[in-house]
Amino acid sequence: MKVGLFIPCYIDQFYPQVAIATMELLEKLCCEVVFPLNQTCCGQPMANSGFANLDKGCDKNFVNNFSGVDYIVSPSGSCVLHVKEHLHDEDESKSLQIRSHIYELTEFIVDVLAVPNITAAFPHRVGMHVSCHGQRGLHLSSMSELVAPTFSKPAQLLGMVTGLVLTQPKRVDECCGFGGTFCVFEEAVSAKMGKDRVSEHEANNVEYITGVDVSCLMHMEGILKRQGSKIKTIHIAEILNSMEAVTVSN
Amino acid sequence: MDPRNFNKFYFAPIGATTMSHSKAAGVFIQDEPRTDWHDETLWFVREKRDKAVRQVPEWEQLRELASGIKDHTLSNLDNYLSAFEKNALANGVKVHWAADAAEHNDIILQIIRENNVLRIVKSKSMLTEECHLNPFLIEHGVEVVDTDLGERIVQFRNEPPSHIVLPAIHLKKQDVSQTFHEHLGTEAGNNDPQYLAEAARIHLRDKFIQSQLAITGVNFAVAETGGFVVCTNEGNADMGTHAADIHIACMGIEKIIPRAEHLSVFLRLLARSATGQPITTYSSHFNRPRVGQQMHIVIVDNGRTKQLGRPDFRNSLKCIRCAACFNTCPVYRRSGGHSYHTAVAGPIGSILNPNLDMKANADLPFASTLCGSCSNVCPVKIDIHVQLWKWRQVLTNEGYAPTGKKIAMGGMAFVLAHPSIYRIAGKMGRWVLRSLPFITNNKTLNPWYKQREMPTPPKQSFRDWYIKNKR
Repeated sequence: MKVGLFIPCYIDQFYPQVAIATMELLEKLCCEVVFPLNQTCCGQPMANSGFANLDKGCDKNFVNNFSGVDYIVSPSGSCVLHVKEHLHDEDESKSLQIRSHIYELTEFIVDVLAVPNITAAFPHRVGMHVSCHGQRGLHLSSMSELVAPTFSKPAQLLGMVTGLVLTQPKRVDECCGFGGTFCVFEEAVSAKMGKDRVSEHEANNVEYITGVDVSCLMHMEGILKRQGSKIKTIHIAEILNSMEAVTVSN
Repeated sequence: MDPRNFNKFYFAPIGATTMSHSKAAGVFIQDEPRTDWHDETLWFVREKRDKAVRQVPEWEQLRELASGIKDHTLSNLDNYLSAFEKNALANGVKVHWAADAAEHNDIILQIIRENNVLRIVKSKSMLTEECHLNPFLIEHGVEVVDTDLGERIVQFRNEPPSHIVLPAIHLKKQDVSQTFHEHLGTEAGNNDPQYLAEAARIHLRDKFIQSQLAITGVNFAVAETGGFVVCTNEGNADMGTHAADIHIACMGIEKIIPRAEHLSVFLRLLARSATGQPITTYSSHFNRPRVGQQMHIVIVDNGRTKQLGRPDFRNSLKCIRCAACFNTCPVYRRSGGHSYHTAVAGPIGSILNPNLDMKANADLPFASTLCGSCSNVCPVKIDIHVQLWKWRQVLTNEGYAPTGKKIAMGGMAFVLAHPSIYRIAGKMGRWVLRSLPFITNNKTLNPWYKQREMPTPPKQSFRDWYIKNKR
């Protein structure tokens, strides 16, 4: 199975460890991973700011990079959602092929690879941040607004990790306030939302906050660091790829 | 923010906005404890809604059904409106048609003049807020008293409502106490809700008795019967209309439902979505005037047919004004209704108001993270967050994007479309962050840095690592 690894631009530039973990994890799960070298960005920052008409160049570049693989997998719910909903090409059959074969990492592991187990150990107390685009857009987990059965693909995978204690904030799926360019154009609300999310995780005495979207984590990380908090943010791929020693206490 | 600042806005025509959402929100959040209180109060309503809807196993089917009925009605609106008019006329109701807010206000003023009315009571109607009826009537020397408790409070304070169901939700009981002390002569500093409610009740009783004309909104107008339903929790619509000789009901054209039996869908959805109640305390059915009474219905377009003609946005007209999207919106809860500078605030307001005035409301579709919670709570399944995204595109294409943003986005799109330029720019950016952090670590020039640290830039990108380690 040939998997094209799509690493969003800001992960490539600022969080290479997330991309490395994603790649190593997929390889552990027996995928043939290729990283097309001329990829840049999915175009989401422009489109969400009202400039989808400027996305032709990004779209073209994306199609050039990701045609011809079986699946495209990315450690970012929101970039995947953008491609799924808005990628276009002069030859729409090419963009449609990509749109129907692109997956967020955890949904790919759960739905396509359907692995019964993951060998990973991460003996820490971890707070789950539910990222909106992965959840409400890609349906990675159930939504608190709907009268429907509960499930969570990311939590299902974290449940396989030895030593990990997963906690939920009081408001299980409230937005963290990142919102792309919202984080600067609506700075006051964005920061307030982030502070509120972080404080609910603090109340759970977590060591880490994790999630499927680096953007949300980057926003909360910025707030945690400013506050001098000891809580760290970590992408779910880094946990699933982790083999920390577990000390058994009596 | 000093509520008195809103006077100017409140009495200004639509379009003369004073402060953008982001700016007004920034002012609102300056009082952080109050912002927390506002957020928690509305979140409590959202939680009540969650509990209530979980009591109804067929909730999602009901939403689907309601959405379907509304879609069908919007596609046949002309027929249902004519049927409604015909049946209402047969019931002895006078029907008026208003193309816009000005016509709506003129029609009401004419009825007032014809009947020499001096005193009016009004129960809650967001349409009359949208049309700025109160200032118009006061300008023409007519006393108009809002009888919904929350609306009366904000009316005393000369403020617009900050929420379509809970108009005074931005105020604490201390604020209400002070307002009543100033306007009703209640004891200064007495914050007892019972005492304050009693004072309002006594005050409003007089107004009900003295008034000659009652104005109400309409929640649902039934095409097959020509009747309409008004939902309140305080019974103030009934008090007003029963005491007055003239009843004027104002409705937007989208309030129509085809049949009376459809009320069994909408009444179950409305109050649960709005406040978590199974049904509003009063669901008052008005069919015909009582003997000696005049009953008028004013049916208003005011931009609705224009919205109906926009394929991407027409289904926003399905809205039944429950405000569930307000209560769930993390942005609304932390910025307050006044920051939206329009009669209908919140997520639904942000997709309705650009239709009325794109220039004045170009900021609203951006007052969202596109989290999608609004669409999930919407009882008639309006794809609110999708429409917010689409309005952003329309506003940009129509030239309403700020120049700075246009330049930044153009530059960004160029860089990201060219892999080699992107790689150089990334490398330079990371170098600047590492070596010259003072450039980005500036709270005035870099909004990110105001309350957040910048990410720590690594020496090499993933691509650099990949080439070194995998190739």
